[in-house]
Amino acid sequence: MGKVNHMDRSTLLELNKITKAFPGVLALDQVGLKVGYGEVHALMGENGAGKSTLMKVLTGIYKKDSGQIIFDGKEMNFNSSMEAQLSGISTIYQEINLIPYLSVAENIFLGREPKKVGRIDWDRINREAEAIIDGMGISLDVKKPLNSYSTAIQQMVAIARAISVRAKLVVMDEPTSSLDEKEVEVLFKQIRKLKSQNISVIFISHRLDEIFEICDRITILKDGKLVGDFNIADITKVELVSMMIGKDATDIMAQAHGTYEAKEEATILKAEEIRDTVKLRGVSLEIKKGEILGLAGLLGSGRTEFAKVVFGDNVHHEGTIDINGKPVKLKLPKDAIARGFAFCSEDRKVEGIFPNMSIRENMTIAILPKISRMGIVDKKKQKEIVDTYIKSLAIKTPSPEQKIRNLSGGNQQKVLLARWLCMEPDLVILDEPTRGIDVGAKAEIEELIQKMSKKNIGVLMISSELEELVRNCHRVVVMRDGKNVGELQGEALSEKNILTVIAQGGMSDSFTAAERSMNNEQ
Amino acid sequence: MEKIKKYGLDFIKQQGVVIAFLVLVLIASIRYSEFMTYGNVTNVLRQSSMIGLISIGMTFVILTGGIDLSVGAMVAFAGVLVAKMSGSGLFVMIFFPILICTALGAVNGLIVTKMKIAPFIATLGMMMAVRGVNLVLTGGVSVRVSDDVIGSYQVIARKFFLGIPIPVWIVIIVLLTAMYVSKYTKYGRHIYAVGGNEEASVMMGLNVDWVKIRAYMFSGLLAGIAGVIFASRVGAGQPVGCEGWEMTAIAATAIGGTQLTGGKGKVSGTIIGVLIIGIITNILNLQGNVNSWWQGIITGLLLLVVVVIQSQTIREKIMDRRVRRSVG
Repeated sequence: MGKVNHMDRSTLLELNKITKAFPGVLALDQVGLKVGYGEVHALMGENGAGKSTLMKVLTGIYKKDSGQIIFDGKEMNFNSSMEAQLSGISTIYQEINLIPYLSVAENIFLGREPKKVGRIDWDRINREAEAIIDGMGISLDVKKPLNSYSTAIQQMVAIARAISVRAKLVVMDEPTSSLDEKEVEVLFKQIRKLKSQNISVIFISHRLDEIFEICDRITILKDGKLVGDFNIADITKVELVSMMIGKDATDIMAQAHGTYEAKEEATILKAEEIRDTVKLRGVSLEIKKGEILGLAGLLGSGRTEFAKVVFGDNVHHEGTIDINGKPVKLKLPKDAIARGFAFCSEDRKVEGIFPNMSIRENMTIAILPKISRMGIVDKKKQKEIVDTYIKSLAIKTPSPEQKIRNLSGGNQQKVLLARWLCMEPDLVILDEPTRGIDVGAKAEIEELIQKMSKKNIGVLMISSELEELVRNCHRVVVMRDGKNVGELQGEALSEKNILTVIAQGGMSDSFTAAERSMNNEQ
Repeated sequence: MEKIKKYGLDFIKQQGVVIAFLVLVLIASIRYSEFMTYGNVTNVLRQSSMIGLISIGMTFVILTGGIDLSVGAMVAFAGVLVAKMSGSGLFVMIFFPILICTALGAVNGLIVTKMKIAPFIATLGMMMAVRGVNLVLTGGVSVRVSDDVIGSYQVIARKFFLGIPIPVWIVIIVLLTAMYVSKYTKYGRHIYAVGGNEEASVMMGLNVDWVKIRAYMFSGLLAGIAGVIFASRVGAGQPVGCEGWEMTAIAATAIGGTQLTGGKGKVSGTIIGVLIIGIITNILNLQGNVNSWWQGIITGLLLLVVVVIQSQTIREKIMDRRVRRSVG
């Protein structure tokens, strides 16, 4: 291990100019990170910013291409997470990475079981585990299997494991994503305890309030590059969000967007107080015929989860859903489809296309029952539909028989849109409809969305690109931490205002005033 | 009352195999006077010994989240090797086949871990290949153990020690070792960890590949030993023998309460599973007028009942956690 001369004595971890490339992507581009002793350091950034990659480089799961890792005064190059652990870096993952069927005590000591005369010393394991758990102020039976306890308790066991290896640094990768508010409090108590023992924490979370509650310093990444690091006291939520999204909050100009011209003010969907077991904590909104409603919010705010509830893809929810004024109970997507709903998933590859099937098959797979007679597909009708949509959506392909995986992302997306449009839906839910497609195709898809609205189809559009929401939507509902926290329309609908609502978790007076004046005009 | 009912159910679920075993023994002893005789009991134990060995190996492999379909073929292969080597003296004819089967187990493990082939396919390939080798080596006919050694060689399968057949002693030793390993050694615990959550095991720094490879080697080793006993019993190597033994071993493991997705189960449970299957066969023999084909039907139904109970336990746990999460 190399010697480091100019080392600040108060710094536990210093990452210098870390670069890591995967085939075709520069995941980390000269990123730096500094964590002091006993400091809780937030690592923030949207998806793909490089947070997880950076942590995997740190803990030896990935090998860095270049750069320097200095930990506790020494330059380190870990080859495995075990090596990192032995040196004092423990990681707690979002999905609890413990063994469900083994006892709590064994989970704490797995891989470094104490032995007595050649055999595992169970008494000592149980005794020491109990001491650690007691020390954390939790009471549980360490001999019981891990999976007999709740997620939060399991998370605590993961922390107990981290403490027991005498960690100097604990990396927590979205530890709160599956915890409820009370459980988060319990976790924070433990983090404060670690801090008081001079143990440092790197805390990754998408929840802003948590960051501002528990962290001392913050490092922001975007697209694999370092945006900056700050004292948490020196930064506002608005600044933080704008840096994460890469927009200067003060610089954003209001952009033109359509206004909703109601032909017939019929509400298609009215959802009230939608909750699920994990992410959603009460979402209410409604969509009218021909309205384009945007759903804004950071990753993990529950946008997709909400859309899935509305589409019947999550039975475990509470709250009421009215479709066309009638209360319904949606148990499966087919219930929602039968009521005229359509859903374009954000994950085209997993939840959308059948890669080895043709455009024709992909496009008509949902409508087959409607165009079949006694189980036999009416080929003529099928061809009509396919030809119509290839033409009207300008899908670029030599033939409808082309396998869909050979198309560009934009054209795949258009085929998926056609799949739902040919069902003549009343409401189309689009989850990140322009993700991963080029600018030209983006414009075409946006145009299509406007066309749908003109045909009186309601559109629920989820997007992380604010300018896209502002440009396309009549109204935008902002979500945060599983709740809808604000709503913007008319003049108040701007990127800047969306950012502010996301950051503050609510509407400030100025927008409500603007909205009020809007409403008065109507 | 509710509580008693709940504890009762829990008890049945946890100790179900033991209860089933005891009930079976009870019924058999009441109905058939010759069931509890020394001759019959030792006979059942001896007949179950070879399946017992490969089932213990199978349990380790299944605990890691894998499966080993090649053991039946390997038992036959070891038997053929014994007969083929019987000119080279007792030591070689016993240990060489065991060594070869252990090596084949290692190959299974390497294919599963290093080449990342699903265990089902990897060991299915091994099974077919070994069966093929058996036929090529023998021309499809059984090979007699050489007359020079057959007398002393058949001691293994036919003699008793302290009134218990030697094959049963072998199973007892292997069983106790396996129980000790699975409870009191790092290797044993890591088998459970790998099968319980492979990704987490990697993150905790366990050598997952090596844990798996050793499980397949252990399975091969025990198949080799079973083959040696088999050849000793029939006095010959039978290239097409032991057909379907791997399935019986899997059934015994499942009946014994080991979760087929890995991470949960006990070797002791497996042995009870083996005995249950052995006793069912025995009862049908004692009944005399019932076709032995019924054995498959009864064992199959029993297996299904056990697996259904298992999956319900898992489902309850999941539901339970969901409820707790939404309340907490």
